[in-house]
Order: sequence, then structure tokens, then C-alpha cells
Amino acid sequence: MNLILAANPFTPGQTGTPEAVLFWILAPLAVLAAVSMIFVKKAVHSALLLAWVMITLAIFYIAEDAPFLGIVQIVVYTGAVMMLFLFILMLVGVDSSDSLVETIKGQRVMAMIGALGFAVLLIGAIGRSYTGFAGLTAANTDGNVEGLAQLLFTRYVWAFEVVSALLITAALGAMVLGHRERSSERPTQRELSILRFRPGSKLPGAPLPNPGVYALHNAVDVPALLPDGTPDPSSVSRVLKARGDVLDTKAFEMHTIEEGEDESK
Amino acid sequence: MSPNNYLVLSALLFSIGAIGVVLRRNAIVVFMCVELMLNAANLAFVTFARLLGNLDGQVVAFFTMVVAACEVVVGLAIIVTIFRSRRSASVDDANLLKY
Amino acid sequence: MEATHALASGTSSLLVWLIALPALGATILLLAGRRSDKWGHLLATALSGASFVVGLVELFKMLSRDGETRGVSQHLFTWINAGSFNVEAGLLLDQLSICFVLLITGVGTLIHVYSIAYMEHDHDRRRFFSYLNLFIAAMLLLVLGDSFLNLYVGWEGVGLASYLLIGFWNQKPAYATAAKKAFVVNRIGDMGLSFAIMIAFTAFGTVSFQGVANHAGPEHKQIMTWMGLALLLAAAGKSAQFPLQSWLGDAMAGPTPVSALIHAATMVTAGVYLITRSNFVFDSAPTAQLMVVIVGVVTLLFGALIGTAKDDIKKALAASTMSQIGYMVLAAGLGPAGYAFAIMHLLTHGFFKASMFLGAGSVMHGMNDEVDMRKFGRLRLAMPITYITFGLGYLAIIGVPPFSGFFSKDKIIEAAFNAGGPRGWIIGFAALLGAAITAFYMTRVMVLTFFGQKRWADEAHPHESPKLMTAPIIILSIGSIAAGALFAFGSSLQHWLEPVVARGFVEGEPALQPIVVSIMALVAVALGVALAYIKYVRVPVEAVAPTNVSIWTRFARRDLLQDAFNEAVFMRPGQYLTRALSFFDRKVVDGAVNGTGALFGGLSVRVRRVQTGYVRTYALLILVGAALILAAMLAARI
Repeated sequence: MNLILAANPFTPGQTGTPEAVLFWILAPLAVLAAVSMIFVKKAVHSALLLAWVMITLAIFYIAEDAPFLGIVQIVVYTGAVMMLFLFILMLVGVDSSDSLVETIKGQRVMAMIGALGFAVLLIGAIGRSYTGFAGLTAANTDGNVEGLAQLLFTRYVWAFEVVSALLITAALGAMVLGHRERSSERPTQRELSILRFRPGSKLPGAPLPNPGVYALHNAVDVPALLPDGTPDPSSVSRVLKARGDVLDTKAFEMHTIEEGEDESK
Repeated sequence: MSPNNYLVLSALLFSIGAIGVVLRRNAIVVFMCVELMLNAANLAFVTFARLLGNLDGQVVAFFTMVVAACEVVVGLAIIVTIFRSRRSASVDDANLLKY
Repeated sequence: MEATHALASGTSSLLVWLIALPALGATILLLAGRRSDKWGHLLATALSGASFVVGLVELFKMLSRDGETRGVSQHLFTWINAGSFNVEAGLLLDQLSICFVLLITGVGTLIHVYSIAYMEHDHDRRRFFSYLNLFIAAMLLLVLGDSFLNLYVGWEGVGLASYLLIGFWNQKPAYATAAKKAFVVNRIGDMGLSFAIMIAFTAFGTVSFQGVANHAGPEHKQIMTWMGLALLLAAAGKSAQFPLQSWLGDAMAGPTPVSALIHAATMVTAGVYLITRSNFVFDSAPTAQLMVVIVGVVTLLFGALIGTAKDDIKKALAASTMSQIGYMVLAAGLGPAGYAFAIMHLLTHGFFKASMFLGAGSVMHGMNDEVDMRKFGRLRLAMPITYITFGLGYLAIIGVPPFSGFFSKDKIIEAAFNAGGPRGWIIGFAALLGAAITAFYMTRVMVLTFFGQKRWADEAHPHESPKLMTAPIIILSIGSIAAGALFAFGSSLQHWLEPVVARGFVEGEPALQPIVVSIMALVAVALGVALAYIKYVRVPVEAVAPTNVSIWTRFARRDLLQDAFNEAVFMRPGQYLTRALSFFDRKVVDGAVNGTGALFGGLSVRVRRVQTGYVRTYALLILVGAALILAAMLAARI
């Protein structure tokens, strides 16, 4: 079921020209993206490049008469799995970039030799592999999804069930791993109150003041003013402070009555 | 074009992924490289399915995706746990189990 | 000899009490511990005496039956029942055993009484008595067992008791060593007995006396010879016969009553008992018998020679014991002609040697435990009772008529001459020579101890021993006067033992008339006494042993180099072997083991560097490995 690209008739053992064109455009890009992926410093960039490779592969799947897998590749892999990656990257720190200096002696050389040797052997083996070309036209007569379903629920039903068990186990495992064990009792409200009002307590007795009371600015990045007119830095989110997005508080400090112009107005 | 080119592409992507696994230190990047290798294998399966004219290769690729999904879930959970306790996602920092 | 003759014809339920009474005593004393300190010695003596009374009852019962039906037995329980191997624990009392039972319990009880006084000031007197009772029980089991295996139990029991008693004062390392030496040398003999038991079991499937006796005869000559040699080894070990005699001298480290009871009167004669009891074995094996004779002759001369040079009164007596047992073994080796005389000499010797040992103990008691005869002299005035009893024992042992030694020894010499041919003449004259030397060294002991000038140290105050000590000595010396004549009169003992040891034996024509032998023996004794008189009475004895003595004296003082020989031939090579094995073990075995360990350890030190802990290294290795496997697979396809 060559939806888009496969042109009939084609030379036996060969794909159609449109597919060849597609391949020769996308394959180098995929290789380039993959190589870049392992050489860029930032993990986010790696993730984006990998997403690109995956989309390329999805296109290839569709071109290879596997539209179901192509769609799944985009939805599940590029969509869900890569988002999970990005999510975790966020948790771990988006900005953290690797140093690309190798610390283990001989690792690079050995890696290159090993991987290139592996690649050469594989490619050499492909040359000797099965050279026939059956095509999936016959297999996909009832539709690709229907064909796959038929196999999945007949010949591969056992593997299917096992894999479902594996998925559940993985979900449970992730929950167990993500769970943080409390080492002490959760403090009660009463205990927290006592803690707050104890002399020398670092916690504020009252709730923190809300940031920003000035309409002339986006209030969140402006610290609140205390009754004595001084600004309270603790009222601004730490994130903003870290980002350097807090406005200078000086501008909003209350001037004394004698100096104030607003009062007189 | 010979469909064998897909296989060559698959071999290349697999090897690149392997290099990435071996050379990168960020656990998440290492993981992504593993994903790349799995995808390369999937491409080979899909291609073989086409060469042989049956859908079994595609079914295997489907299973591979499911297993990869499981692996990502658990693996990332492990990375988060390690990061939580060690404040680092470098695979070289977790090297206590040695001689 | 009738092979099918039954050893026992009746049963008696009293036999077990003979053993049980002293065994009970030992158990009570050992378990009660210090609580029984006050009455322990009395209980032990009473139980030993009770055992003697049971023995007397059995004797009278036995006398009331006629010759062939005198043996009685008692079945106790089935000891081992494994397939075809069946050992019953049973007791057998016949004319031979009853002699021993009465000797053991009689002399034993007297020595118990003696020890009450002798050990009075010893802190551990109760323990001493418990060991004595243990010994009596074990010795009775030895002579009452109805199979070689039962005998073996008693055999080991007396060995244990002997070990415990020699080392009784084990706070002195030398004494503990002496105990160990006795034990080790005895083990060699015990090995012989166990070999004999194994031979009997392998060849005949039985270990009882009756069972083995049923197989006796010329058709089993080979087996009987080997069994006899093994039994001879056992007898040599226990009876301090050549070449296992070296332990007896050192065994004198034990308290004197022990020397008297175990190492003179009873235990050391167990070997003679064993040979006599196994008469059916030896009668079927002339080679083994000849070996017995040779061992006996060598030992009797050996012991006598050692006796001439010892200044320690107990060691001189020990050498004499060795020599006298040599006579018994010689007699036992002569077969049916000699068994009765061996037993007769054993009994008379039990009396006079025990009495002399107790006398020696009495002397030591009065002389602050001094044992060196050169520091005695003139004690006849200070200790008249000891002097007289010791003197009676002396007359008995050298064989002056009508004392008991004369009858028994004279008979042995006579039997030796009657052995026939050149062999008879050789052993006969050896026995005569032994008698002469015996007379010489016993006279020397007598003279050095009781005659001559006083040579004792100033702080010594020789005095007669208490009545509790002298009474047993007196009773024993009565035995040493009368026993010989009693046994020899009308050949009573000979006839008494005939059903057991000499059934159907007909005495041949004697080589020499008995009177001739007696005269020769008396002449030999007279020569020995005369020589001793010349050397020790006419010449004043020095208080310190002279060092410029002939090489023969030196030899004799060193026990004819027996220890040196053992040391050089057995101990040193053993040590070298042990050292070599230890060296081999340390260097080669350990070397191989440790070397292998070190090899892998060293390799591991290097190889473990592979385990860097970096997961990337492992991944790389997996990659390389996968590449290699792929290469191999492709190579296989080409």
C-alpha cells in the first residue's frame, strides 16, 4: 500500500525514484543530525536533533509501507518520549552543558575503532544479505493496521500480553523510584507556628508580604515595601532573583514626608 | 535505489548512537543515544519486513517501541533519583562500584 | 590337645561382681570428688577386699568341682552384632584366671591398705585410690574376658590406669614425661594385640578364645604364627620385654605402691597371661614359640645386667622385674612344659617382688623419699621389720631353698634344659647365668641398703614405718616364703592348670636330672652372691657413684643404651621425617596453594583495573565485544 511515494511499476528489487529522491535528501540529514547530536554541548540541542532524526525515520517508515509505525513513531516517540526527555532535562537543569573533554584515557580512540569496525562489519554483512525484494503490497491488502493487528492478536498474542505486563511493571517501577521516603514526621500546623514564633527563628512569623503593590510595574518583580518604607527582598520569587529580573528597589522606596512630592500634591 | 540503503543508514545510525553512548557523560544524552540505537534497529526491522514481504518485522519494531518506552520511563526515573541524591547527572560521577 | 575342648562348662552369676565392685569404687570416688576425701580410701580398700572375698568364694566353688568342669562363664550382653561378626561380652573364670583374680585382688587389697598410710600426707590420696580401684577393675576384666576383644578392653584399661598412676605426681614434668613414655611404648604393644584380633577375625570370623581355640592345629600354622607374633608384640609391650622394655624403668616415677602393684606384681605380668591364655595359638606355631623364648632369654639377661648398675633402689627392682618376667616369658615360650612354671613364677614373683617394692617404699618413707642406695647403708638397725621382710624377699628372688623363688625359678631352668637339643642347652645356661647375675645384683641391693656403713645425710632420721604399712609387707613375705613350696608340692599348680594349658601333655625324659639342675642353680647363685660380697662388702661403698667405671657399667647405667637406641633409630628419624614433611607441607603444598592464590591475587590486582566503575568503559567493552562476535559470525559464514 504505497500511499504516496512508491510508483508502479518499478524495477524488481528496486524502489521507485521518488522514494530514492526522498531517501537521498533525508538520509544525509538524518546522519548529520545524529552526528551533531552526539557532538553538541547542550542536552536540549541533542534532544531536538534526536527528535529530528526520529521524524525522519517516521517518514522512512511511511515510505516503507509501514504507515502505522510511522504514525506511532511520531506520536509516541517524538511526541511522548521526547517530551519526557525534555521534561527530565528541565528537572535536572536545562542549562547544564557537558564538557566534551574526554577524561578516560583511550576512550575516544577505542570508541571510534569499535563503532567504525562495527559499522563496517554490519555494512559489509548487508552486502551479503538477502537481496530479494518482496514488497508489502500483498501483506497490506487489508490495510497495514489490520495486518499488524491480525499478527499481534494471533501469532504474537503471548508476547503482546507479556509486553503489557512489562509496561505496568515499568510504570510501577517509575513510581517506586520517584517516590521520596519521608525521614521524619510531617510537621503539624501547631509545630510550625511554634517554630515561627520562637526567638531566633528564621521563619517569618506572619506570611510573607506579597510582592509588588505598584501598578506602574508588573507587580511580581517588584518587592513589597515594609511599613517603615524599606523594601523586603524576600517578597520576590527566588527564580526571578536568580534570573536577575528583579527591579531595583531603590526606585520604589518611600521618601520621607519632608522630601515627598506626592504628599504635597 | 536498492532498499539495502535503508539498512546502511540503519547501521550508520546505530554506530553513531553507540559512539554517543560511549563518549557522552550526561546520562540523559546517553539515554537519547540509546534511543537512537533502538530506532536504528527499528528501521532495519521495518526494511527487512519490506524485503521479506511480511509484517512480522513491523510487529517486532512495534514491540521494540513498547519496550523502549518502558526503558525510558524506568531509566529516567533512575536518573532523577540519582540526580536527587548526587546533584549530578554525569555517568562518570556514579563510579563507586569499582576495584 | 583337643581342639574342641570347652573352656567353660558351667556358669556363675558372681563373676561380674569381681569387676563391678572396684569399678563402682572408682566411679564413686571420681564422681564424688573432694566430698569423699575423708572416707574414699576406706571405701576403695573395702571394695577391693570385697572383690577378693568374691574371688575366694569362686575358688572354693571351683575346688568343689572336678578338673574338667571347673571353668565357669557368665554372659553379660551382646556387645557387637554386625552381620556375621558377633561379639558377646562375657566373662570366663577357669583355673588360670582364678590364680590371677586372687593375685590381683589379694595383693591389690594389701597394697590398698599399705597406701592408706603411705599416701597419708598426699593431698590427692582419694584420687590415687580411685585410680587403684580402676586398675583393679580393668585388670580383672583383662583376666576374666572370654574373648580377645574383651581382654583388649581390660588391656587398654590397665594401660590407662598405669598412665594415670605413673603420672600421679604430674606436677613434676619428668614424671609426666615418664607416664607419656610408658603410654607411647605400650601403644606399640597394643597395636600388636589389635593386629592379632584382626587376624583372628579375618581368618576365623571369631575373636573369642573358644572360637579361636577351635581352629587351633597344624592346618592353620601360618595364621597362628602371625597371630602369635602379634600377640608376642603385645606381651612385650605390656610386660616390658625386649625390645619394648624401655618404659619400665621410668615408670618408677609413680608412687611406690603403684610400682609394687602395677609394675611388679600384676599389670606387667599381663603379657605372660596373654601368652599362656593363647596357648592354643602358640602350640600351633613353633616359630612364634621360638621367638617368645628368644625374647624371654634376651630380656632376662638384659634386665639382670641393667640391675647390676642401678643405684636407684626402685630402678634396680624394676630391672629385676624385667628380668624375672623374662624368665616367665621364657617358660611360657616352652609350651605346655612351661606354662605352669611361668604362672608359678608369676605368682611367687608377685609376692616377693611386691613385698620388696613395699619394703623399698618403707625405706623411702623413712629416708625422706631418698632412692639412691649409695645414701642408705646400715638400715637394718633402724628398720628391723623392713629389713627382715626385704631379706626374705631377697632370699626368695635369688632362689635360696626353701623360699618360693627357688621352686619356681628352678623349675623354669629345668624346663629350659629340657627343651631339647642345642636350644635347650643354650637357653638353660642363659637362665643359669641370669640366676647368677640376679643373685649378684640383689645381694648388692641388700648390702647397699641394709649393711655396711651408714651413708645417709645428716637430716635423715630413718625410722620404721607404721603398722599399716608393715602389716601388708609381712603378709606378702609370708607368701614369698611359702607360696613356692605350696605350688611346687606334688606339682599341685601344674595339675591345677593342666586342664587349661597342658591338656594331654606328657612330660618327656628330662635332659638333666632335676637334682642336677638344682645344684647347678645353687652354685650359680652362690657365685653371684660371692662376687657381690667381694665387691660391696669387702670394699667400702662410696656415697657418690664413681665415674671412672668400666664401659660396661656405663652401658648398664644407661639401660644398655636402649633409650639411646630408640632415640637414634625411631625418634630422630621420626623427627626428621616430621620435619621433612612439615617442610614439604610448608614449602611445597603451601607453596602450591599459596602460589596459586598469589598468582590469581596478582593477576586480579592487574585485571581488576578493568573495573573502573565507569559505565562508559563497560559500554565500550560491550561494543567491542559485540563487534568481535559479529566478526566471528561473519568469519564463520565465509
